[in-house]
Amino acid sequence: MAKVLMKGNEALAEAAMRCGCRFFFGYPITPQTELAAYMAKKMQKNGGTFLQAESEVAAINMVYGAAGAGARVMTSSSSPGISLKQEGISYIAGADLPCLVVNIVRGGPGLGGIQPAQSDYFQATKGGGHGDYHLLVFAPSSVQELADMTSRAFDKADEYRMPAMIMGDGMLGQMMEPVEFKDPIDPATLPEKPWATTGTGMKRKKNIINSLYLTPEELENLCIEREKRYDKIRETEALYEEIQTEDADVIIAAYGTIARVAMSAVEAARAKGIKAGLIRPITLWPFPEKVFAKRAETAKCFLSVEMSMGQMVEDVRLSVNGKKPVYFYGRTGGMVPEQDAIVAEIEKCLKNS
Amino acid sequence: MYEQIVIAGFGGQGVLFAGKILAYMGMDTGKELSWLPSYGPEMRGGTCNCSVIIADTQIGSPVIQRPDALIVMNKPSLEKFVDAVKPGGVIVLDSSLIDTKVERDDVTVVYIPAMQIAESAGAGTLGNMVMAGAYMKAREDMYNIEDLYRSVREHTPAKRAGLAEKNIELLKAGYEYKQC
Repeated sequence: MAKVLMKGNEALAEAAMRCGCRFFFGYPITPQTELAAYMAKKMQKNGGTFLQAESEVAAINMVYGAAGAGARVMTSSSSPGISLKQEGISYIAGADLPCLVVNIVRGGPGLGGIQPAQSDYFQATKGGGHGDYHLLVFAPSSVQELADMTSRAFDKADEYRMPAMIMGDGMLGQMMEPVEFKDPIDPATLPEKPWATTGTGMKRKKNIINSLYLTPEELENLCIEREKRYDKIRETEALYEEIQTEDADVIIAAYGTIARVAMSAVEAARAKGIKAGLIRPITLWPFPEKVFAKRAETAKCFLSVEMSMGQMVEDVRLSVNGKKPVYFYGRTGGMVPEQDAIVAEIEKCLKNS
Repeated sequence: MYEQIVIAGFGGQGVLFAGKILAYMGMDTGKELSWLPSYGPEMRGGTCNCSVIIADTQIGSPVIQRPDALIVMNKPSLEKFVDAVKPGGVIVLDSSLIDTKVERDDVTVVYIPAMQIAESAGAGTLGNMVMAGAYMKAREDMYNIEDLYRSVREHTPAKRAGLAEKNIELLKAGYEYKQC
């Protein structure tokens, strides 16, 4: 189909319905409200259910229920709302259920502000709720990638039976770019979920959806089994983009929309004769460790650029593993790093290393 | 081509819409483009702006630090953005709403009483279209005005076709305006 001009929030909603999502439970919050509004307008026409719940906590527990019944289901919110959903997300992970949670991040902590931020990185990648669990975390940087990652997130969530998260920021949610969608699929054609609680029809044993295990051995075994799945994901599912890293002296690490500002900064630095490059993680969990380890052999230093006080920089340091210095530059609270400031930081890093 | 345009004014003046039709033209002519609005708790009456980039190559930052072009419809926005415009850039300014002159000699400034022109055409809310037309004239080496008319027609729902024609009429008024 031809390209259409759409806001990130709306493109995500459209992509979700096209890949078979028929259940959306949410609660409004800036800057993701257009996503829910689009669902409200279109979901019923697509034969699905849109429900504005009484709270974020209610919404995520509706997701838990629908996921248990095998539905392709999602919710979306922004930072404070995602904090409220954490208990439910932990239960969903503990019950090994697939779903999609969208976080269009705004400044924090607390109610924070409504301008774009990336300060929920720790929450998304290090377990925002309790227990040994992970989410698949996707961090697209354009409206097209947002649409593409939506169907991938649903598919991978199903494949590994775990919740996936798409992490955008206010800017990505609000901006319009041309986007081309895949043809819609019929949810009935999705792979079967034999574990779902859809009624036994007197033909099979009961399926039970649960996250309570009072026998420690049983719970430990489940966590070990789950960790094996996580290991496989760490090995195979990391996504990233590399720009001009091969000969780079300084390599920026940046994700989401800030990676695009960083890309412009790399070009500006190159124009000044500085060998700069960019690694853009597309999955934040699993983190693309290997490419950082590989580039640590040739680069002189790394610079993590974020809209936070420094969160992803920890994963960059772990991946570089002391081989080269890793610096940080960030703005937070809704402020966006400017291209010139990033170029100045690049120059500073090179001087220091 | 890598044209970075900031359109700024008060909420309600159609700043975002003016950006949107330029974005549609970019898309319809096969360019890369991005459209980024300012968003906040302030809406009607507050200042509002949007950043549009139309380019031949992949677009990096959707945030514009130094615009090539500024289309400006109120004084606070002029003060905010005037120094950011690149040397050699263009400023299109609604002289019926802004009574000051631009004190820079390294940019091209188009003074156009857009609001007045729109009002005398019986469409006081379409000053934004006059401004967009004047911008197209200032950049006639870059675009074809017919592409913009086509995009406006194409992306207006059929039942509101009259509105598209009115928009085009005002775009044309801006495009054909002769600065004295």
